[in-house]
Amino acid sequence: MAGAVNLLAQRHPINSALSLVVVMGSLAVEYLLLGAEFVAAVQVIVYAGAIMVLFVFVIMLLNAGEEARTKGSKVALLFGVPGMLVGSILMGWVLIERSGDKAVPAGALPGAPKLIGWLLFHDFLLPFEVTSILVLIAIMGAVVLASHPDTDQGKKER
Amino acid sequence: MVPISYYLILSGILFACGVTGFLIKRNIISIFMSIELMLNGVNLSFVAFAAQWHALSGQVFVFFVMVVAAAEAAVGLAIIISVYRTRETLNVDQVDLLKL
Amino acid sequence: MNITAFIIVSVIKTVLALFVLLTAVAYTVWLERKVVGHMQNRWGPTRVGPFGLLQPLADGVKFLFKEDLTPPHVNKPLYIAAPMIAVVFALTSIAVVPIGNWVKIGSLHIPLQITDVNIGLLIILGVTSLGVYGVALAGWSSNSKYSLLGGLRASAQMVSYEISLGLSLVGVLMLAGSLSLRDIVDAQSGVFWGFIPKWNIFYGGQFIAFFIYLMSAYAETNRIPFDLPEAETELVAGYHTEYSAMKFAMFFMAEYANMITVAAVASLLFLGGWHGPTFGPPLIRAVLPVFWLVLRIFLFLFVYIWVRGTLPRFRYDQLMAFGWKFLLPSAIANLVITALVVAIRS
Repeated sequence: MAGAVNLLAQRHPINSALSLVVVMGSLAVEYLLLGAEFVAAVQVIVYAGAIMVLFVFVIMLLNAGEEARTKGSKVALLFGVPGMLVGSILMGWVLIERSGDKAVPAGALPGAPKLIGWLLFHDFLLPFEVTSILVLIAIMGAVVLASHPDTDQGKKER
Repeated sequence: MVPISYYLILSGILFACGVTGFLIKRNIISIFMSIELMLNGVNLSFVAFAAQWHALSGQVFVFFVMVVAAAEAAVGLAIIISVYRTRETLNVDQVDLLKL
Repeated sequence: MNITAFIIVSVIKTVLALFVLLTAVAYTVWLERKVVGHMQNRWGPTRVGPFGLLQPLADGVKFLFKEDLTPPHVNKPLYIAAPMIAVVFALTSIAVVPIGNWVKIGSLHIPLQITDVNIGLLIILGVTSLGVYGVALAGWSSNSKYSLLGGLRASAQMVSYEISLGLSLVGVLMLAGSLSLRDIVDAQSGVFWGFIPKWNIFYGGQFIAFFIYLMSAYAETNRIPFDLPEAETELVAGYHTEYSAMKFAMFFMAEYANMITVAAVASLLFLGGWHGPTFGPPLIRAVLPVFWLVLRIFLFLFVYIWVRGTLPRFRYDQLMAFGWKFLLPSAIANLVITALVVAIRS
């Protein structure tokens, strides 16, 4: 939570990126507490180890400086902050009331990789294949978008 | 013995921080990171519910969310790089050529 | 085991493992200097102690006393944090590496491993992924163009070869059926055809995977032939240009600790771990597997250093093309073939 608030508070994007990494690391620990060990490991490897590295690359490449101060809006501040407080307190109260005392012991549902793999390849096979096509499309899109517009069109095979 | 509501409240807070960041930040990369934060908050509630109802499908769905987030991050960052190349700025307030 | 015994044993194991790892790092540096020296037809270090064996000690003292300057234009928090990040993640993966069978001390049955999680292999991959941050942040925080370019190149290289690294290990996973390192080693016990041991590289048919892993490991630890990002003739010194004394020593330590971790994982997964002929009284029986494992790790490190002394380095675009266009398809092909074989066998 500290990481999330820090993400908002920092002005330079690289500091925000690092706080996001901290958030993901702590989320991985939360997943471990809930017994989802495979998901925790994948969160670290994929999210904190690859996606955030990509973010850090882009921030370092584009070398953008700190954020400029925007002209804030007094009206938004007047209505927004109390509104958000009320809304969140309401939400929290409802959640606590409705959940009763259904507690979740640590390590409740051991998410063994074998079981998750079974589910992935039997019950969720169609979404699995569709997401693989999605990733392929994303790769092609990223390559096309990021290539230089003049030099890569019509370049011969080296 | 942590009540399930604590995990949900944390997930809600993360999501709220993501939305706030999305709305108030001016740097396009920070906006993108707020989107990732929102996705992470949702992941947490998935896993929490999976633990509560003893349904592994919750954890499987987290995978799909992660894969989608990865694909979207790749394409989004490529778009950001293209925008930077043409507009020379990362401030969303200044990318307003289509505005009336 | 009750909880206090568990805690005490774990603390002792952790301290011992860290101590052994750091000493191993120091002596790997000595080994490298000696071996590369002999390959280049000169002695390595010979003056400090017999055979130059106290040279790492002298180096350590030098690093401690060198002036630890912080250039004025760096981003101070990240500058100080980056080598620490690199070292912490390099040293963390020793926690799941088992080095032998069980040891019986008194009434306690202690596995020679700090923790035996059943996703051990994924933890090592995760920690390797996180190690990229040390390099990237070092390049960024130094606020100089050579460091930034070197850091970006090094992290892009590490991220690209991580994929082939992970995929080459999935074949081994399928053969063993578990992610826990101890289970994978136990699946390689025994012999076939009478005398050839059932290691994954022979019996498991993971010969190609072994070489893919080897090459990905060289690229992942930024060693020759893939060490363009930190070569002295290229980008000055890459991402650790602006570092001096202790912080530079930390990067150095991180690199060699990564080498040792990768060598340990290769010995466990491909070369049969600690299985070897055991004989003698129970004390020797407990120590001998450790000896066999250390022998394999030493062999792996020797090949690392041998390659360093022999091959020229790749150019950066050749390096990336090699990783993406050759190693990744080969790793996927190996995975598919192994999956077919495993499916047909069962």
